[in-house]
Amino acid sequence: MAEDNAGRIAERDGFIVTKGKNKKQLQCDTDSSAGCVSQRACVYCGARVVLNPITDAIHLVHGPIGCASYTWDIRGSLSSGAELYRNSFSTDLKEQDIIFGGAKRLNAAIDGLVEKYQAKLVFVYSTCIVGVIGDDLEAICTAASQKHNIEVIPVESSGFIGNKSAGYRAAGDALLRLIKPSEPIVKSNSINYLGDFNLAGEAWIIHNYLRQIGVELNVTFTGDSHYTALKSAPKAKLNIIQCAGSMLYLAGKMEELYQIPYIQISFLGIEDTAASLRKIAATLGEKSMIAKAEALIAKETARVEAIIKGYREKLQGKKAAIYVGGGFKAISLVKQFREIGIDVVMIGTQTGRKEEYETINNLVDDGTVILDDANPAELERFMMEKGAHLLVGGVKERPLAYKLGIAFIDHNHDRKHPLSGFEGAVNFAEEVYSTVCSPVWKSLSKSGIDRGVTNHG
Amino acid sequence: MAEKDKNHVHYRDVNENPCNMCMPMGGILALKGIEKSMVIVHGSQGCSTYMRRHIAEHFNEPVDVGSSSLNEKGTIYGGEKNLRQALDNIVKVYHPALIGIVTTCLAETIGEDIERITGQYLIDKEMEDFPIVTAATPGYGGSHFEGYFLTVKRVLMQLTAATKKNNKVNVIIPNMSPADIREIKRILELMKIEYVLCPDFSDTLDRPFSRPYTKMSDGGTKLVDIKEMGGGLATIQMGITLDDSISPGKYLKDEFGVPLYNLAIPIGVESTDVFINTLVEITGKTVPESLQKERGRLLDAMIDSHKYNFQGRCVIFGEPEMVYAVTKTCVENGVFPAVVATGSQGGKLNELVGLAVTDFLERSNLFIETDFAHILAASQDAKVNIGIGPSDGKYLTEKGGIPLVRLGFPIHDRVGGQRILSVGYTGTMMFLDRVTNTLLENKYKSYRSSMYEKFYQSS
Ligand code: SF4
Repeated sequence: MAEDNAGRIAERDGFIVTKGKNKKQLQCDTDSSAGCVSQRACVYCGARVVLNPITDAIHLVHGPIGCASYTWDIRGSLSSGAELYRNSFSTDLKEQDIIFGGAKRLNAAIDGLVEKYQAKLVFVYSTCIVGVIGDDLEAICTAASQKHNIEVIPVESSGFIGNKSAGYRAAGDALLRLIKPSEPIVKSNSINYLGDFNLAGEAWIIHNYLRQIGVELNVTFTGDSHYTALKSAPKAKLNIIQCAGSMLYLAGKMEELYQIPYIQISFLGIEDTAASLRKIAATLGEKSMIAKAEALIAKETARVEAIIKGYREKLQGKKAAIYVGGGFKAISLVKQFREIGIDVVMIGTQTGRKEEYETINNLVDDGTVILDDANPAELERFMMEKGAHLLVGGVKERPLAYKLGIAFIDHNHDRKHPLSGFEGAVNFAEEVYSTVCSPVWKSLSKSGIDRGVTNHG
Repeated sequence: MAEKDKNHVHYRDVNENPCNMCMPMGGILALKGIEKSMVIVHGSQGCSTYMRRHIAEHFNEPVDVGSSSLNEKGTIYGGEKNLRQALDNIVKVYHPALIGIVTTCLAETIGEDIERITGQYLIDKEMEDFPIVTAATPGYGGSHFEGYFLTVKRVLMQLTAATKKNNKVNVIIPNMSPADIREIKRILELMKIEYVLCPDFSDTLDRPFSRPYTKMSDGGTKLVDIKEMGGGLATIQMGITLDDSISPGKYLKDEFGVPLYNLAIPIGVESTDVFINTLVEITGKTVPESLQKERGRLLDAMIDSHKYNFQGRCVIFGEPEMVYAVTKTCVENGVFPAVVATGSQGGKLNELVGLAVTDFLERSNLFIETDFAHILAASQDAKVNIGIGPSDGKYLTEKGGIPLVRLGFPIHDRVGGQRILSVGYTGTMMFLDRVTNTLLENKYKSYRSSMYEKFYQSS
């Protein structure tokens, strides 16, 4: 489309490459360009989505109301116990507070909430203007902590101090404060599972597998987790990481501080799920575990492949576009699409890292477009150019795909069905089939009212 | 918790589950109703992304909104460079006919002078004729409701000129569904009335599927029409609760002498009658028979369901203007508005609700600037059996078992928020059916077991 080429933004050039065509390095991990309609959220959002699944914590947003409104119950994270995390508490700052400072209001808010809910843990998130008006979050939280004899942890997540990745880091720092032991650590034989937020019960699916192969799970960061469980994190002997974007920093710190090594795994798709189970068993090194893992993989793969085969036949040769939050998820998705006979022609992320983009580059076919921090105009252009049949992405991308007449897969925070593990692989194939092969596209391809009537029997 | 319940205003130190959004959100919605417009949210990246996500979920439409993506540097040294860059990029990719700039908390707190920046920008680029509408909408300055009307007013302040008199009726539209806006237009067209509807996002946020896709959709209030609103026959503003300071209709009256009719959103027989009678009064047109028939059908429907509705005790929440319209409609049908609530400042809602709810044996509880924790508690106290409002009211269903009739903005847990029709005689009829059927469903759901428990078990 001529209009699109003319409207290309030069400063975005470095963030887009075509595999095989140009040798240049993809740029990533920088701030979004102004006016480019980035799909990214902010630092606060990054921190909130990571910490929010902690079920028995008070999540208090210090700032004006909007930030809390837009993130209320933002994730489909499930809980086996407390429900406190599903509230959105805000100091709801008003003009007067901006002028005179929000400390008084914050103090009162913490007091009120702690009294009402008897929680052991409060996270206080800072939003954009808190950084500017200069409320001393640290001091207020420390004082509140002492006053109530519970943990009140500030999350330094002012919106403008970086992008979503900075929010992951802020969440990591808050978690590090939380898990800091007050007594010497007694090591156990268990492992921590990092970077699963228990969307639609995904962490439970993985717990089940681990239990079946004899791995003892200590705590999940942060899906269906709670104060006491998180406190025990340092005693684990291994960390496994699903969502690398949000958890790599924390894992690195835990290795440094508590000598817990980590490995990256992925439970998206049959191939990665199987490989991850093997990797965990091999790392822990127990013979019986390895055998049990193989047995589980064999049983589940056979079951799942039989189902997926039918879908693959229908989907063979279709082309997919990927635009998701993190790089690790994107990598797994390429493999997962291959399992069901689909090639990826466009792939991008909001916050992918250099190493992840290298892996992606090695994985995809020549001609695939790879892009960082894309915007709707670019997504549209490349999906059209590459003839994609479906897009996988989040809420904001869905209407664009539909308006283009393209199928869509939800890989967002509030989905209501699990996409992890063998169960998830089946759900994924089913969802791809249900959208790519929906009869609705047939109606769109006809010319409409003027298509004529040939036979009404 | 320090709570003072003065004049029904519910101040608190902590907001537990918000019943409102922030100002720039309303600004975006309003600007989406102007032809070929693009919006830039001046602030850090997150605000615009959140709002886009919320709007996209409600309307199921792509919602492209730019951000000046302020970072640390911009926050310390000023955001002028970022805002200029944002303007460059938006112009280049979207070729808009108008750009609206709304500010966020951050931009306002660091004191950005967007009018000066954009003025200079236009001079530097030799684009002096290009319309840029600016609105200062700090998130802490009010809710999305106030942001919406303030932005509409800013649109008029910056685009409307003194022109010669024309025959058009200006209609100022609040945040209602595209289906509602289309219904208003249908009524105006049935009555053969010339009009300017502002803002009009009935097409821009609910556009038909067509190929090829274009980044900018058709529709929206035309810039030439906005310009001529100063010469309109009269203004009908669906903004009866509005404070004068954010009233676009008041601006047209003060500035250009256009007579103002400030009406409730036409839901219910009376409010729709008032709307149509006002149109007759302004234009001298007659009411077509088909519209009379629609009215008759609505009356018929009201009779059919009046006894069921009398069992309704409802909680109504959302934006003040919609809340008032719904309250009036409930009153008209015997559904008792036990709790009436808004997270916004409320404007004249307080006194208006007082005037509307006088026929019942009990008094309604009205809360402004409130939150869902409070709404739930008040609803349970008042033994409410139905809720009417946007999706966040699902919390009332989940925690309090109160069934919800979804209406307003945002509807993010169901499809079709943009297609919910509630205005005019026909829309009211559909709304009433939804209310009555929800009451019936709820009653029948537990009828057998509750009677068994009540009378058999205890006998
Ligand atoms: S309240 Fe302020 S910082 Fe938060 S989303 Fe709204 S404008 Fe942005």
